[in-house]
Amino acid sequence: MSLLGRLDLDALYQGPVTAAGQLSLLLAGIAIVAILTYKKRWKWLWREWLTSVDPKKIGIMYIITALLMLLRGAADAAMMRAQQATAAGDGGGFLTSDQFQQVFTAHGTIMIFFVAMGLMFGLFNLIVPLQIGARDVAFPFLNATSFWLFFAGAMLINTSLVVGGFAATGWLSYPPLSELAYSPGAGVDYWIWGLQIAGIGSLLSGINFFVTILKMRAPGMNLMKMPMFCWSVLGSLVLILFAFPILTATLTMLALDRTLGMHFFTADFGGNPMMYVNLIWAWGHPEVYILILPAFGVFSEIVPTFSRKRLFGYTSMVWAIWAIVFLSFIVWLHHFFTMGAGANVNAFFGIMTMAIAVPTGVKIFNWLFTMYRGRIRFATPMLWFMGFVATFTVGGVAGVIMAIPPADFQLHNSLFLVAHFHTMIIGGVVFGFFAGLIYWFPKIFGFKLNERLGRYAFWCWFVGFLLAFIPLYILGLMGATRRLDSYDASLGWQPLFIVAGLGVVAIGAGIAIQALQLYVSLKQRKANLDTTGDPWNGRTLEWSTASPPPFYNFAHIPLAAERDAFWAAKQSRQAKLRLPYQPIHIPKNTPLALIISGFAFAAGFAIVWHIYWLALLSFLAIVGCLVLRSLGERNEYTLPAADVAKVEAAIRRRYA
Amino acid sequence: MTEQQIGDSRQQAVESKTVFGFWVYLMTDAVLFASLFATFAVLRNNTFGGVSGQEIFSLPFVLAETLILLTSSFSVGLAWLAARQGNRQMVLVWLSITFLLGAAFLTLEIREFIHLYQEGNSWRRSAFLTSFFTLVGTHGAHVTAGLVWMSTLLIRIYRGGLFKSSLKKITMLSLFWHFLDVVWIFIFTIVYLMGIIR
Repeated sequence: MSLLGRLDLDALYQGPVTAAGQLSLLLAGIAIVAILTYKKRWKWLWREWLTSVDPKKIGIMYIITALLMLLRGAADAAMMRAQQATAAGDGGGFLTSDQFQQVFTAHGTIMIFFVAMGLMFGLFNLIVPLQIGARDVAFPFLNATSFWLFFAGAMLINTSLVVGGFAATGWLSYPPLSELAYSPGAGVDYWIWGLQIAGIGSLLSGINFFVTILKMRAPGMNLMKMPMFCWSVLGSLVLILFAFPILTATLTMLALDRTLGMHFFTADFGGNPMMYVNLIWAWGHPEVYILILPAFGVFSEIVPTFSRKRLFGYTSMVWAIWAIVFLSFIVWLHHFFTMGAGANVNAFFGIMTMAIAVPTGVKIFNWLFTMYRGRIRFATPMLWFMGFVATFTVGGVAGVIMAIPPADFQLHNSLFLVAHFHTMIIGGVVFGFFAGLIYWFPKIFGFKLNERLGRYAFWCWFVGFLLAFIPLYILGLMGATRRLDSYDASLGWQPLFIVAGLGVVAIGAGIAIQALQLYVSLKQRKANLDTTGDPWNGRTLEWSTASPPPFYNFAHIPLAAERDAFWAAKQSRQAKLRLPYQPIHIPKNTPLALIISGFAFAAGFAIVWHIYWLALLSFLAIVGCLVLRSLGERNEYTLPAADVAKVEAAIRRRYA
Repeated sequence: MTEQQIGDSRQQAVESKTVFGFWVYLMTDAVLFASLFATFAVLRNNTFGGVSGQEIFSLPFVLAETLILLTSSFSVGLAWLAARQGNRQMVLVWLSITFLLGAAFLTLEIREFIHLYQEGNSWRRSAFLTSFFTLVGTHGAHVTAGLVWMSTLLIRIYRGGLFKSSLKKITMLSLFWHFLDVVWIFIFTIVYLMGIIR
């Protein structure tokens, strides 16, 4: 056993395609370091960001990480589409089978775990405390730790690009393929530990925000007065609390199989691979609702604001959320009707799956009724909403079709399925989070995004999405299975694959325009400043404070006597009381969260390469950090009332 | 600590977000154990020609383990009561007793594992043994973590007396310890008793 485990120089070179990826990663790294050094921003980075425990900053870091990961995931998608558009007959395509497998594994893993989850937790951090009228989350240090664990997981899984190669086992790494016997490389281990570290971060975030919402709401805000976004987040959090421990356990078992020679899911020694498939979907199905519920919540804020009406059917919205939460735990088997569990089991899971369409339909109709007779402004967030209604309904109907077990036996593993879940994830989650980011952007950064470019970006995405996925529905019905790196030319699939490829080009244009939109808006921010704190004529408490909010969010904790508390306050036109400022407790910055996740990264890397001394050392260091933290009694300081007055006066000057 | 401080810290422990958050964490841990129990239930008969539970479990031994752990749950409860009264001396006594009982439990468990390993019944032998070692071992790992946590509290209270958040911390520690006890009751029943009945 060498000091570096099984790590050697061969791990670095994996062929020319990967080398291009490695090179671009290296150049990006050098560029970032050079810019920071040239602008002398290292100290600023450390003090303002890396050691911050402010949820608004953590939220921004989540979103930056997620958007960077989006570029990686989108590049993978483009490679897949390019391969399939050119791979008819022999010798087509530019990727080897192994590379193609790595690419689709990376695409799925990164998009779900590091893009969708990152955007989601980013929005939680940015909006939930503001919307419930709180100054912070329940456990600020834990929150920072969650983010840095998420970041460490993202870095670890991307390290596989440089050292050792990505898993080639699909985004959920089913055994026995993902067992040591069939995937001896480091890829699956990277996958396991990248997800494990990020997943533990997600679980801790789940606990944190659950306590925050239940314990830290503004006075007067009982649960039935809470903004709908917070309700949907609460539903998502309950799912996280129940589902993520299953993921932790499942990944641990797969890791034990691979590193200690255990036999949970192996094909021999009595292991049961289908147990893994059951467990991973007992997490995986709730996971899609973890992602979609907050997107529903975003729309529940946007539609009333831009229709200038209160949300239609508040109570039914709440019940719809909890019906979805409950049902999402008793449908997991519809991911593998073909397992052969028997007609009765399949019928139960099929019917439960169809039942989810009911509460989801309730929500869609509530949004539409909110718009009915409203004074609608078609700002970009509303465009994303309209796009969502169209695509999500189509995707939902496709889902109900596949919930019929006999139909599923035909559609299972086909491109029809791929088209279905992309309709839900892009048309639902991604459109929802984009809408939310545009809607709340002025709150976070103090200026609006350019509307015209935003519209262009939306139309590129929307048209691109339809072009990319309608052909996949058709191809699926024609018999094309997922994960094909080549197919026979006589099948006549190539034209449709080319259309799908063009769709990706259009989406790519959408992403480029979004980048341009960000740049242009930043350049012209003086013209688009939000000087009121309430650029959209909003309804909920986050709009009652300045944009961007001071680091303590609210100088006075707001009262929330009714739903849409800020709207009600604006209508009543009461003269603002000038209450005296009170001292505020603020948690101190700490580098410990960053350090802990640094060790978590080291531990993960060490286990991947069997460098056990380093893994043990890193683990002990994490324990040491936790003990150190628990010894400290003074983790916060008090901001005197006079200083609060100064900050508030500065905000008023800025707006004057 | 004065009467006033004791009252304050009691209030703090009751209303604390931290204690509520810890409850939530324990529930997630329960889901983690539930996953391991489900896996054990699926794999328990897959002995692949190796030993079954009937052949390797010794009930008197496991009963001894169980009684030790149950007693330690009682003593951690007494430590919590002492902390509520602000009685540093008794906190130290009961926490130390809990620590010793926990360490004794862990020693017995490790002995059982080593014994099995030496007999050739390691976790590599069959899916049954894999799931057995993982389920029971995960409980053992939790006990170990509890012991580390307990020892840091013991050292702090021994050197500096009860501090502002000590009642809160002992409250959470005892919740954790009781939780491990509950999990062990399930292990005792599902793994050992049902393993022997077959």
